[in-house]
Amino acid sequence: MIVADKKPIEEIIDMVKGYQKILIAGCNECVTVCEAGGKKEVGVLASALRMYFMNEGEKIEVDEITLERQCDHEYLEEIRNSIDQYDAVVSLACGVGVQFMAEKYFGTPVYPGVNTCFMGVTEERGVWSERCQGCGQCILGKTAGICPISRCAKRLLNGPCGGSTQGKCEISKDLDCAWQLIIDRLKELDRLDEYEEIAPIKDWSTERAGGPRKVVREDVRQ
Amino acid sequence: MSAKTPSRLEKILDSGQLAVTSECGPPRGSDPETITKKAEMIKDHVDAINITDNQTSVTRLSSLASCIHLKLMGLEPTLQMVVRDRNRIALQSDILGAASFDIHNILCLSGDHQVFGDSSQGQNVFDLDSMQLIQTVRLMRDEGKFLGGDDIKRPPQMFVGAAANPFADPFEIRVPRLAKKIAAGVEFIQTQCIYNLDKFELWMKQARDRGLHEKVYILAGVTPLRSAGMAKYMKNRVPGMDVPDEVVKRMAGVPKENQPEEGINICVETIQRLKECEGVRGFHIMAIEWEEKVPEIVERSGLYPRLKD
Repeated sequence: MIVADKKPIEEIIDMVKGYQKILIAGCNECVTVCEAGGKKEVGVLASALRMYFMNEGEKIEVDEITLERQCDHEYLEEIRNSIDQYDAVVSLACGVGVQFMAEKYFGTPVYPGVNTCFMGVTEERGVWSERCQGCGQCILGKTAGICPISRCAKRLLNGPCGGSTQGKCEISKDLDCAWQLIIDRLKELDRLDEYEEIAPIKDWSTERAGGPRKVVREDVRQ
Repeated sequence: MSAKTPSRLEKILDSGQLAVTSECGPPRGSDPETITKKAEMIKDHVDAINITDNQTSVTRLSSLASCIHLKLMGLEPTLQMVVRDRNRIALQSDILGAASFDIHNILCLSGDHQVFGDSSQGQNVFDLDSMQLIQTVRLMRDEGKFLGGDDIKRPPQMFVGAAANPFADPFEIRVPRLAKKIAAGVEFIQTQCIYNLDKFELWMKQARDRGLHEKVYILAGVTPLRSAGMAKYMKNRVPGMDVPDEVVKRMAGVPKENQPEEGINICVETIQRLKECEGVRGFHIMAIEWEEKVPEIVERSGLYPRLKD
């Protein structure tokens, strides 16, 4: 899933200050799972904003809605008839949802209510960690199912570097060395000899480096 | 192995003599004298001088410019180049820049992560890794080609080195990793600072078992300890460093004013023991901000006078 983290309330207050009526829009997908932008968080943020502005003696109306997804036309359309009554929207979706909302409702200011962090997993409740950077050319088949691009701090394709210590990365004792994990798993799979195959220089053009990306699938296009 | 480049270091190694290299860290400013003074201190006692490339991710005068200063003094520099800060365009461009000054040695490194330095909020690049940088220099030198496939007019002539850390984890792949660097085309290795000699000798034995010592020149890395505090710091705080307890104890066991001398003693003893280790073809002395001690270490280790190529 796309993992997001809450934005400090002060930052959100700063963004919506001066508006009379705002909509807090959650998303029922990834940000719900990572407890940053689902229905529950929409409610908490709306209450906090109401309380803050009431204490400040300012009138502001805060409505709440949580859409099934904010990255699809279909669900974003659900607010087409009501969007004009709002001075601004705070979207608690990931950066994708915020932008798609802004594209769709061109005349309405849309603000991000979360910080979008990465594509990752729930390690345990309250702990999420990165697994993929969407490089566009998956090499997991060569690296025992562990991604050195997203999990090695230097994204080394022929690691580990000389800083790997007792299974941990040189940048933090709390971070596993991705190459230690790869070696451990290659060993488990009885494939350790594959370590000595040199991974070739990567074509990064399918990654961020190649510019904004697009997938066009003629087979499913309508 | 026979010499393929005009590198003096390569010639010395090729002749079977023990080589001695050292290194200088460039200044955090633009005064060239900082680098030339350090080089003056050590020039008669070493065969080549590495210039570090923004080591520990602290911004400094560039490695390439520093190497040019050494070259202008008539010395033999080794250009350290990390893949942290440059993409393949910049790497190849700087290699050509170095080659235009007839810099004939290069050390291909990953580089410390930027979080350690003065720019922890900066981007890193890692377009290539150190293994692929080795391949790149060999391609440029041997095939006269850019990575993009075009021909290079007057290709670089560089003796290609890399680092090896026998003390990092997982230990079991440290020799396979050396083999991988050799397969990528590395010609000489400078190791991480050695304090745990037993572990180093085990690593060398494993390398010899695979015949790797005959495919690459291995220079054993040493760093004299200046104090018990430095020993503890390196033991506990520097990733991939292995300083055994007895070394820390030995340093702490002498009065503070004698600790620098004890550090030099340990360094000299290390070199003397490793001179007997089959496959060690020389020494790389990293006297961090203590370059003035390099001549003493070299002399006391019986590596002086330096032989001529």
